[in-house]
Amino acid sequence: MTTLTLDRRAFLKTSSAAGAGLLVGFYLPAHATDPAEDQEKKPPNPLNAWVHISPENKVTLILGKSEMGQGVMTALPMILAEELSVDWKNVSVQQAPTNPEIYDHGTGGSGSVAGSWLPLRRAGAAAREMLIAAAAQRWNVNPNTCKAKDGGVLHGSRKNFLTYGELAEDAAKLPIPDFKTVPLKNSDDFTIVGRDTVRVDAAEKATGKAKFGIDSRPPGLLFAVIARCPVFGGKVKSFDAAKAKSVRGVQDVFAIDPVGPGAFSAGGVVVLAENSWAAMQGREALEIAWDEGPHAEESSDWLSKQFLENASKPGKVVRNDGDADAALAGAARKVEAFYEFPFAPHATMEPMNCTVQILPDRAEAWIPTQAPQWAQDIISKVSKLPHEKVAVHTTLMGGGFGRRYQADFVMEAAQVASKTNGKPVMVLWTREDDMQHDFYRPASHHRFAGALDDQGNLLAWKHFQTSTSIQAMWRPDGEKTAEESEFATATFIPYQTPNFRIAYTLAKSGVPRAWWRSVEHSSSGFVVESFVDELAAAAKEDPLAFRLKLIGADRKIPDFTNPKEGRPLDTARLKGVLKLAAEQAGWGKPLPAGVARGIAAYFSFESYTACVAEVSVKNGAVKVHRLVYAVDCGRPINPEGVRAQVESAAIYGLSAATHDAITIKGGRVEQANFNDYDMPRMPETPKTEVHVVMSKEEPTGIGEPGLPVVTPAICNAVFALTGKRIRHLPIRAEDLA
Amino acid sequence: MAVTFILNGESKSVDVDPQMPLLWVLRDTLNLTGTKYGCGMALCGACTVHIDGEATRSCVTPVSAVAGKKVTTIEGLSTDGSHPVQKAWMEEDVPQCGYCQSGQIMSAAALLSKKPKPTDADIDDFMSGNICRCGTYQRIRKAIHRAAGQAAAKSA
Repeated sequence: MTTLTLDRRAFLKTSSAAGAGLLVGFYLPAHATDPAEDQEKKPPNPLNAWVHISPENKVTLILGKSEMGQGVMTALPMILAEELSVDWKNVSVQQAPTNPEIYDHGTGGSGSVAGSWLPLRRAGAAAREMLIAAAAQRWNVNPNTCKAKDGGVLHGSRKNFLTYGELAEDAAKLPIPDFKTVPLKNSDDFTIVGRDTVRVDAAEKATGKAKFGIDSRPPGLLFAVIARCPVFGGKVKSFDAAKAKSVRGVQDVFAIDPVGPGAFSAGGVVVLAENSWAAMQGREALEIAWDEGPHAEESSDWLSKQFLENASKPGKVVRNDGDADAALAGAARKVEAFYEFPFAPHATMEPMNCTVQILPDRAEAWIPTQAPQWAQDIISKVSKLPHEKVAVHTTLMGGGFGRRYQADFVMEAAQVASKTNGKPVMVLWTREDDMQHDFYRPASHHRFAGALDDQGNLLAWKHFQTSTSIQAMWRPDGEKTAEESEFATATFIPYQTPNFRIAYTLAKSGVPRAWWRSVEHSSSGFVVESFVDELAAAAKEDPLAFRLKLIGADRKIPDFTNPKEGRPLDTARLKGVLKLAAEQAGWGKPLPAGVARGIAAYFSFESYTACVAEVSVKNGAVKVHRLVYAVDCGRPINPEGVRAQVESAAIYGLSAATHDAITIKGGRVEQANFNDYDMPRMPETPKTEVHVVMSKEEPTGIGEPGLPVVTPAICNAVFALTGKRIRHLPIRAEDLA
Repeated sequence: MAVTFILNGESKSVDVDPQMPLLWVLRDTLNLTGTKYGCGMALCGACTVHIDGEATRSCVTPVSAVAGKKVTTIEGLSTDGSHPVQKAWMEEDVPQCGYCQSGQIMSAAALLSKKPKPTDADIDDFMSGNICRCGTYQRIRKAIHRAAGQAAAKSA
């Protein structure tokens, strides 16, 4: 695939000068939960994506989105192709230039399709209208008699047909239509959007041809593996490199400093070698004395004690409707509960890596990254080169899940590359590095109290949380607003109650935390859907009927965390997926002995998901037989891709429910590889069905929403089967006994 | 001292530490990056290749152990993606991030060479060494059955 070269001036205009075809620029929001640094940088130039049509009739979509398996490289071209009336397979995707001073690129928060839908359609429609106008001019006819079809413009009979390529130069001279009023294709006429489509990269991924970050091989590449202090926040005191340097293939050994806020990289001792294996062997031969730093006493036990202590005191009030305490005091029935979560690792199959080359006048990098801007900024700062001299190539990545939004591995690679005299170097993480130097999903502890009247109506709902907040780590004043990253939909639940109280206390920790697939919804979904299930049991009502009753009439509940911009929770849509999942799962129909069902439904990333799990328990372990999902993510671009993402989130959630935890002892992660942090494998994969609501609403996210409902559905099923409520994840044998 | 073996039908000779795992010889010495690193401890299957037709984890196989043997990597399974397993993979839209898929396909191809019509239990057993963090297992199973059906149809 030849790379389209466009000069910077061309990118700043919405349409090109003659000679390069038609270029229509537009703005694509990152739509992700950006770290504080990104949010402070507002791009002065709003254009960061382009549609290009060459005189050779090639359509290129130039944008800054990362493909990590979620299927954007298929879905986004499909959207563009629909408006342009071309075969979507003829739309090639090229990475947009990065410059944190100008552009706004990032992939995360299940936001790519949602954020791209309208802007991409408008850009495609604008290009189409310009091409039609150019054809009409050439034929001297009314544009209303021309039609975009099959990659060209048609007038009357087939004799009057010009390809987009033939029209591109002329179209480029015409004024660009106003994006706000450009006519968009009637959705009744869609022939691409909404159709099951095999992803564009299936072939390269089935033949070993797909190149991931770890496969980067610029000529002369060196490999570096870093020995990092296993204790968070520790650093090198002294080291002896003699044995390491005598390992065949090792070229150099040196230390790099840790870098704090912004990158949060651990620093350590670098072994530079001519191949990955030599670098790893060299590292094993290092002798290092560590200064373990201030967190050497931290442990999961210590954290649990801190949680209990925090839970025994009132926290900061986040939301307070009515008077929950008074309602509880006078209630006919009271239910109390607690739930606790460990840290969770991303465990992408491709471990972290970053390849950088720093020359005196320019730098280049090949990075599996969700945030190329941030990466570029870091390399620029370390190399002292201006942004426009730093070229970042975003590669495919073997899983992202939020981990590759970080810049620690980029900082390391930049630091190492500045010491190799211009040779490109890959900083490669081993599985152990990846497991032990992650940015984990926070650990948390939740306390609930609920009050019911004699009719099973919800009189009060109290939710206290203490956690190792993400915000507290990432924002300069984060400790004061630590709760902002920890609740999401738990602060505006769909279950009606006049007395609703949310409170929070920060738990201190030296363990790094950041965005994990579904972020705070991974705990919020579990606790809300587990507690409402406990209330249903106390009311002696069916879990589905109870939920529907409490959700009540169709209404729109404002997003408490973002009342101005967040989409409200539409209870009609939530009830829709709840009922659809239940119906498809045969809720209420008999099951074989030893098997039970659980249900959960939730609103996250502006989408609605529900899941019914069928489980059995044997020999102190849970077996999940079947998962039935119903999902409403607005108009599905590629229903096949939607199903794949939900199947994916199901297994990710199953892992959190039934497999291992990350535990801390001596200020370090105890787990190292898949022997002590195992993943679900083929034999335990449940039969998973995903029913996609063919909605006509605006498209919303689906990469993450499948996750928050699967763990509560499984645990609610365990309760239905055994009468035992799961309060700790992952499920422990002792909780089933 | 060089180690010589047959790689995807061609004779190769490499002068490396004889203890160097085949995985790194493939990826770094020979620049065949289709075979992936996932764990280095034969726990995840991403590094699966065929040695004399047997599915083997190359991350724990020292290159000295393949001297004189036939090694097949994902690149050698077919020249053009036409192996029945690869075709089934594309038809069932199996991959997501794609990183584990070379190893999955090599394991599946080895399974089918031994059991042309595997049962679900056979698939469980044989494929349990391959991790997929994106959770494509259900589709992998379907693709294996599809490949088995297609191969059977071809030879019928």
